[in-house]
Amino acid sequence: MNQPPKPRIKPWNDPRIRAWVFQILAMAFVIWLATTLFFNTLENMERRSIQTGFAFLDRTAGFGILFSLIPYEETDTYGRTFFVGLLNTMLVSGLGIVTATLLGFVAGIARLSSNWLVARIAEVYVEIFRNIPLLLQIFFWYFAVLQALPSPRESIRFHDMVFLSKRGLYVPAPVAEPGMGWVTIAFVLGVVATLLIGRWARKRREETGQGFPIWRTALGLVIGLPLVLFVLMGAPLSWSLPALKGFNFVGGGVLLPELVALWFALTIYTGTFIAEIVRSGIQAVSHGQTEAAAALGLKRGQVTRLVVLPQALRVIIPPLTSQYLNLTKNSSLATAIGYPDLVNVFMGTTLNQTGQAVEVVAMTMGVYLTLSLAISAVMNGYNRRVALKER
Amino acid sequence: MKASHLVVGFGALATVAMAAAPASAATLDTVKSRGQLVCGVNNSLPGFSAPDEKGQWSGLDVDYCKAMAAAIFGDASKVKYVPLTAKERLTALQTGEIDVLARNTTWTMSRDASLGLNFVGVNYYDGQGFMVKSALGVKSGKELNGASVCVQSGTTTELNLADFFRANKMTYQSVVFDTSDQTLQGFESDRCDVLTSDQSQLYGLRSKLPDPSKAVVLGDVISKEPLGPVVRQGDEQWFDIARWTLFAMLNLEEAGVTSKNLAEMMKTTNPDIKRLLGTDGEFGKQLGITNDFGVQIVKAVGNYGESFERNVGQGSPLKIARGLNGLWTNGGLMYGPPIR
Ligand SMILES: N[C@@H](CCC(=O)N[C@@H](CS)C(=O)NCC(=O)O)C(=O)O
Repeated sequence: MNQPPKPRIKPWNDPRIRAWVFQILAMAFVIWLATTLFFNTLENMERRSIQTGFAFLDRTAGFGILFSLIPYEETDTYGRTFFVGLLNTMLVSGLGIVTATLLGFVAGIARLSSNWLVARIAEVYVEIFRNIPLLLQIFFWYFAVLQALPSPRESIRFHDMVFLSKRGLYVPAPVAEPGMGWVTIAFVLGVVATLLIGRWARKRREETGQGFPIWRTALGLVIGLPLVLFVLMGAPLSWSLPALKGFNFVGGGVLLPELVALWFALTIYTGTFIAEIVRSGIQAVSHGQTEAAAALGLKRGQVTRLVVLPQALRVIIPPLTSQYLNLTKNSSLATAIGYPDLVNVFMGTTLNQTGQAVEVVAMTMGVYLTLSLAISAVMNGYNRRVALKER
Repeated sequence: MKASHLVVGFGALATVAMAAAPASAATLDTVKSRGQLVCGVNNSLPGFSAPDEKGQWSGLDVDYCKAMAAAIFGDASKVKYVPLTAKERLTALQTGEIDVLARNTTWTMSRDASLGLNFVGVNYYDGQGFMVKSALGVKSGKELNGASVCVQSGTTTELNLADFFRANKMTYQSVVFDTSDQTLQGFESDRCDVLTSDQSQLYGLRSKLPDPSKAVVLGDVISKEPLGPVVRQGDEQWFDIARWTLFAMLNLEEAGVTSKNLAEMMKTTNPDIKRLLGTDGEFGKQLGITNDFGVQIVKAVGNYGESFERNVGQGSPLKIARGLNGLWTNGGLMYGPPIR
């Protein structure tokens, strides 16, 4: 058939080109506005003899931080305090996301349980903890934890290796000796190899139907290989044991009450919202699916695990993502109980010692923005994987 | 993120960005046309600044705000008090949210030099100390190796603490809270062995404990904490008004003018006192305020010594001795330059 020739449109009349041009103009305007505002601010501050710029990041901080995942001393720089705070924020957010997800899924599924008691317990949990402000819950857990625990001298101890007191849970910490690096490398290689083999095995099964003992292989590669190397290197690992010296424990690793309280509160609070999301996700799966699965002879647990949840996930993931974002942002309430997160350390002490509010606040906002975008990106990627693929 | 931090942060960004006009736009004119002095104070620090049940503010810092309002308006009630945490205070002043900050703020070089602020003088010479649990049996700060210390964020206290432990080759664990109440709660619940803050506050904090005998304040003073009012840099007139309000309070005490003997003193022939009370010369006018600002101040809050005794001295529960805060004529450091 003969198509009529497409009428030639002038570029300025082409809606697609127009749309692009307008987008670019709008973007340029926003960037111009932001930079003007920024430089105008700096200029005004300079005129008022307020120090500006990022040179302060190289100066000595001079203050102590309760807990750090990277080596930190008072003689380190303000720049390093940023990373100390950032890592502590990521630690508590990461822990919170994992446990809140577990708790939320359990509670959400429990709310739909046919067991009256289980369903009621889940309901009461959700209704109570969803409706109490998070800050109050953080204070509650913090002071409840502190009240319940003994002072360091009377700490609860297990074999003089593990100590539990108001100062936290002190446990023996592994200390790597020379040679441990090789073991670590072997472990990483094992993990990578397992992933590759797993992929290959799946492909082969799909193509030929042949199975592959992937679990045994994984065990050998991830645990066996490093273990053999570990023994060969002469067990290059020693333990640092905590011991009470004067006021406090020295040595070992510590789980601080601030971290526990914050982690607990974030988990329990966010868990309620996740529970509701999971419940509504499950309820969104049509009843016919459940019945069909039951008709195939699947057990109740199998129906939930193999048929309902995978479909429910499609509904669950997008709102779950925003709960993860909330949790991360809420972790900044840490500062109320002295957990050294980014807001406490950097936007708190560092800001006040340097007085450079604009720079510090901008950097902090940048971090929360980046973390949020990263979480969204990961979750969106996952969402695409579980999304319904129309064939 | 906590709302207050964000407010301060955005406040800083927004206000500084918008305020294209130079900061020297006369603060005095703004204050006069507003009809009120906006004074940044501590939210609850017994002796320095705290509201009572009726919302009436009192304290040494509050008296300074009142004295300034009296000097400007002849009316000490024309003050709006803005309670600020340690973290918020300097930003609040920079952004123009307050006209003057009188919140037990230590005069340090970096605060003076890099924040666009000016310290007016010193209205209380303080120093940092330690409060510890009596049960620990500690007698001196040097025995605190390894202790956990509760401290408030955004203070000089935090840095002095680090210096003290480092200088004495000791280690410590600092638990950093936002407010004084939380810090005290941390100490009370045994999270920390030690609470550190300016000496003047330790006794007040100790009295808030359910059983004050369970804690002792050590004798060590580990830092210099000259506390004083602060204004924004760039408005010399305002700076001078703030500074001479403080000096007037000191000179009133030195001249022996009190709120009780004011009527007699008005009739004096002593030329120093006549200048101070504005019955001779045009000293207030040079600053843009009334010549009798000395009279207004003493009517409102009394002289420095009266204010001291009423708020933190013998007339108060704190019963702090004058010590360094006595007049130079009595072996203290308080010294007002002459009015002439
Ligand atoms: N003078 C010190 C400390 C001032 C300060 O804020 N002190 C704390 C206690 S160490 C305080 O007044 N807290 C009372 C409150 O925040 O309510 C400084 O200027 O940094």
